[in-house]
Amino acid sequence: MPKQNGCTKYVHGKKAGQPGRRDSDSGGDVVTSGTSNEVSGGRMESYGYAAPSSVAETVALLASSAEQGQATQILAGGTDVLVQMRSAGHQARTIIDIKSLAETNRLEVNADGIYIGAAIPSAVINETRALQEALPGLLEAADLIGSTQIQGRATICGNLCNASPAGDSIPAMIAAGAVCDIATSSGSRQVPVEDFLVGVGKNALAPGEFLLGLRLPMPSANTKDAYLRFTPRTEMDIAVAGVGVSLTVTDGLCTDARIAIGAVAPTAKLVSAAAEAILGTDLNEAAVHAAGEACKAAASPISDKRGTAEYRRKVVAVLCRRAIGVAKQRIQGS
Amino acid sequence: MARLQVETVINGENKEFLCDANQSMLDVLRDELGLTGTKEGCGTGDCGACSILVDGRLVCSCLMLGVESGGKSVETIEGIAGEEGLHPLQRQFLENAALQCGICTPGFIVASKALLEKNPNPDEETIRYWLAGNLCRCTGYDKIVRAVQDAAAEMSHPA
Repeated sequence: MPKQNGCTKYVHGKKAGQPGRRDSDSGGDVVTSGTSNEVSGGRMESYGYAAPSSVAETVALLASSAEQGQATQILAGGTDVLVQMRSAGHQARTIIDIKSLAETNRLEVNADGIYIGAAIPSAVINETRALQEALPGLLEAADLIGSTQIQGRATICGNLCNASPAGDSIPAMIAAGAVCDIATSSGSRQVPVEDFLVGVGKNALAPGEFLLGLRLPMPSANTKDAYLRFTPRTEMDIAVAGVGVSLTVTDGLCTDARIAIGAVAPTAKLVSAAAEAILGTDLNEAAVHAAGEACKAAASPISDKRGTAEYRRKVVAVLCRRAIGVAKQRIQGS
Repeated sequence: MARLQVETVINGENKEFLCDANQSMLDVLRDELGLTGTKEGCGTGDCGACSILVDGRLVCSCLMLGVESGGKSVETIEGIAGEEGLHPLQRQFLENAALQCGICTPGFIVASKALLEKNPNPDEETIRYWLAGNLCRCTGYDKIVRAVQDAAAEMSHPA
């Protein structure tokens, strides 16, 4: 029988009725004693691991760790977390694996809406036919992140929490109208993705909170999304610029639009002016051009080895125009 | 600190091991279980040398904690060959000379096996995209792609 699935007992074994795990080498040093990994000042000298089986248990563990001054780290796919853990000077902490929760394993696509849990890897969402039809843009963004191996573990919720300016799935989520479902000590709260990002590598999660998943509206038949990014290589690279677009076209006119940019500012962001430039139009060249210029105006990029700020501004406008074209084609083709 | 006890299935066999909370699956395989066929290249998920299958899903073992393998079924390069001999992929890598130094080879073979299970007849572009996360300094990739194509042909039309 698997021992650690649904088990909370590796580090914080405070609940009665379950035996602690023992280290056969040390003759009975109980792993669950929670004190063996503390030194003075609350800094842990070694890592702990817990895989809670309920949201309440997870929130309680976050709270009790904070009370004891112990650092924690939420683990989902781990493709960022394990790399960070190996970096020099990384502080030891309790790793809290959220993949055993029913809530984070939710993957629902129906007329009422879409839910993508925080434990669902990109490979799974990319194989889900209903999502391929509903959110092709979000899926193409997720499919651009890393290799086949990375996508076997990486989650789009983790991509969001990591809050890299260049996280590919984030502009696509914003365009698709995704809302973060956040577990809190008192229940849950909902935050639109565009408000969840507060800086480079910083998200809006308060201490004790964690991301359960994303809620997205079910797009209507005349709503489609698209995501385009530019990289020097075709695979395994980080965006120079990226644009996510979701359009609704009714009787030839654009009746709803959301456009978001990535890799050209400290966070991915919603560009309302770009959407306004095409709203009510037949997506003619002038309107689409204006949307691109709005993305350029909203960008505040840096210059680095992948491109200069000037180049990124130019590219983000081009990607916006092309992504609008892709979404429009998808609507016409459906 | 005391170590964690984990029960898992590796290449069809029940295994039990002890590991540290921050020990990667790659380090568990190599250092705790003596399964040194899985290689470490970069340790950051860029090179694919440490590829394994976890519940049939291709992952980098350097980006997974050993403790996460509890209750899962893990397949490594050591589990690829059958009782009757080498897997067609292994044989075709040899036939096509699709390796030189060999460090990347276990990762390529595990990743290619996952591809052929999903798509028994992939075209060249599909193979190249699927293997984009496996790096090879020696071969220039062409021989690897041909080996995968030849293995696919052999597996769909056994001689």
